Amino acid sequence: MTEVMERQNTYLAAFERMERELAASGTPAVHRLRKAAIARFVEMGFPGPKDEEWRFTPTAALARIPFDLAPAGEIDLAMEPGAIVCDLAEAMKNHPASVEPHLARYADWRKHPFIALNTAFIRGGAFIYVPPNTNLKAPVVVDFQAGYVGTAFVRHRRCLVVIGDNSRATIVERYSGLPGEIYLTNAVTEIIVGPGAHVDHYKVQREGDKAFHQATMQVQLGRASRFSSHAVTQGGQWVRNEINAVFEGEGGECILNGMYRASGEQVVDNHTFIDHAYPHCASHELYKGILDGKARGVFNGKIYVRQDAQKTDAKQTNQTLLLSDDATINTKPQLEIYADDVKCTHGATVGQLDAESIFYLRSRGIGLAEARSLLTYAFANDIVNRIQVAKVREELESSLLEAHHLPASESGKEEA
Amino acid sequence: MEKKQTMLTIDNLHARVDDKEILRGINLTVKAGEVHAIMGENGSGKSTLAGVLAGRDAYEVTEGEVLFEGKDLLELDPEERAREGIFLAFQYPVEIPGVSNTYFLKAAVNAVRKHRGLPEYDARAFLKLVKEKTKLLHISDELLKRPVNEGFSGGEKKRNEIFQMAVLNPKLAILDETDSGLDIDALKAVADGVNALRSPERAVVVITHYQRLLNYIVPDYVHVLLRGQIVKSGGKELALELEEKGYDWLKDTVAEPQPA
Ligand SMILES: Nc1ncnc2c1ncn2[C@@H]1O[C@H](COP(=O)(O)OP(=O)(O)OP(=O)(O)O)[C@@H](O)[C@H]1O
Ligand SMILES: [Mg+2]
Repeated sequence: MTEVMERQNTYLAAFERMERELAASGTPAVHRLRKAAIARFVEMGFPGPKDEEWRFTPTAALARIPFDLAPAGEIDLAMEPGAIVCDLAEAMKNHPASVEPHLARYADWRKHPFIALNTAFIRGGAFIYVPPNTNLKAPVVVDFQAGYVGTAFVRHRRCLVVIGDNSRATIVERYSGLPGEIYLTNAVTEIIVGPGAHVDHYKVQREGDKAFHQATMQVQLGRASRFSSHAVTQGGQWVRNEINAVFEGEGGECILNGMYRASGEQVVDNHTFIDHAYPHCASHELYKGILDGKARGVFNGKIYVRQDAQKTDAKQTNQTLLLSDDATINTKPQLEIYADDVKCTHGATVGQLDAESIFYLRSRGIGLAEARSLLTYAFANDIVNRIQVAKVREELESSLLEAHHLPASESGKEEA
Repeated sequence: MEKKQTMLTIDNLHARVDDKEILRGINLTVKAGEVHAIMGENGSGKSTLAGVLAGRDAYEVTEGEVLFEGKDLLELDPEERAREGIFLAFQYPVEIPGVSNTYFLKAAVNAVRKHRGLPEYDARAFLKLVKEKTKLLHISDELLKRPVNEGFSGGEKKRNEIFQMAVLNPKLAILDETDSGLDIDALKAVADGVNALRSPERAVVVITHYQRLLNYIVPDYVHVLLRGQIVKSGGKELALELEEKGYDWLKDTVAEPQPA
């Protein structure tokens, strides 16, 4: 306990050491926010096994390592005509009126220690603002690379995405790092989808094999808006992805799809929460996991349908493929429904490869080992296939094929 | 006249699932160049026979022997049988989300070619082969790019089976109710696919409930499978007779299976 307390104090000490530098970034209001957030973090401390939301995801190792604040790095953001795409630090300086009404208003740092910690150290990150009635054709790519810095470092990654009414945008968040490096990524992304807007979000996570990756994505869906998320997790020794989506008006649609592959001693936790706060909204969720070795998976999908949210249509599916006897999954659908005229379904399957599918492949001449690889690949690729950004889809597809020792796909060439 | 080679010999084949004996002494010889039709009421064991030949491991063979070109077929893994030239068109083709039809088929073709000591197809050669066969079976490019059988209509799945057959070019094709659920055009396309494969070196076993298919794929022999045994064999006119009379008149010839 006292040791952990000390760790919290390490972050507090880092905050105090950095305070002058931090305060220089953004308005005094932003800095008041940082101070409140660090105080709140120290109060809450790291979550532990007694915390229901963290029961299957041990934080002890993470809490034990005194991660030092990584030097501020540049992130590479391409300009987008018709939109503001820039470093968050720059945005706080040049566009405070667009930033401050939203920054840290949705991702609840008062309740979540990692969000609090992230909020305390807000300085850089990505700011994406698309004005109303704008169709952003090219995807905006935010590439968070953890380069070599030596000892255990933490990077508090922050994205703020504000999409105006009836606009259309595609966002790609990438996380990568080096093998063997022990570091912590603590990410918070807030996305505000304006009424009638349509946002597709992709997250490609390929952290180094020793990395800790904690991420919260908070999405506010305006009236009749549409949001889709595809999160693909392949890296990190310890990973927790949280997605909270809140309908803030009627007629919204939210799609949350995810795929993760874990082996060795990896821990991968996906927590999703969809708040059906308004009537006539639809949510569809499909998460697929492949666990090998001694990997541990956690899926917790909460769907909260409030009393007023009649005609809610919510569907949740979680499928896990266990490739070894030592791999485990804790899967928990959590449906809390207070309205009476709704359609809510959930299903979870945990198992091995389907025998009839294996036979089908073998009956075509494909050997047993290749049939298994192909079906495992197919299981994962089913999510990757849904990615609309060709470059991201193809890159993931080839990395999956390679991981399963399968020949490259020539679909691109065949089409030509 | 040249003597036809025996391709497949099934001798007193018995197979069971759990405690239930489903095949109870099947005898059948198929020579190269022949087309055999197998008919029989629901549950009589037709798909079981097809599955045993293709190597489905749900069944336990308790007695009998199957030789394919002189080799003990039952000793081989399903993939080895396929590489030797056996193809089963499934009664219920399997959906495989996440792999495109083309990718799947290329993996299959190359596995077979590798086994035969042939170089693997490159993209261009494979594409050429595929284009040729899609035309024959009226398979659209769109269907090729889609995941294997996922969301295909019943008829599309069956046509896709025959398309796979055409690309893999087997010696012995076993079609399990490939005609069920097909409209007239699809039925003709499937029959065209099968007839294109017919040659003095190849053989086809068609399992069907309907005489109609046999107007397009004209069989040399028709067999009736009842309660796990072949109770009657004849020429193509037997199919017409069955269409007219049903199966009841044949039931006296075979005893009800006794519980094991
Ligand atoms: N895996 C299995 N487990 C249990 N019973 C089985 C299995 N496979 C087949 N059977 C049973 O064996 C019998 C023969 O089935 P089979 O599928 O071979 O019939 P069929 O002649 O192909 O029928 P249909 O014309 O309806 O396709 C049926 O009673 C069936 O229920
Ligand atoms: Mg059958």
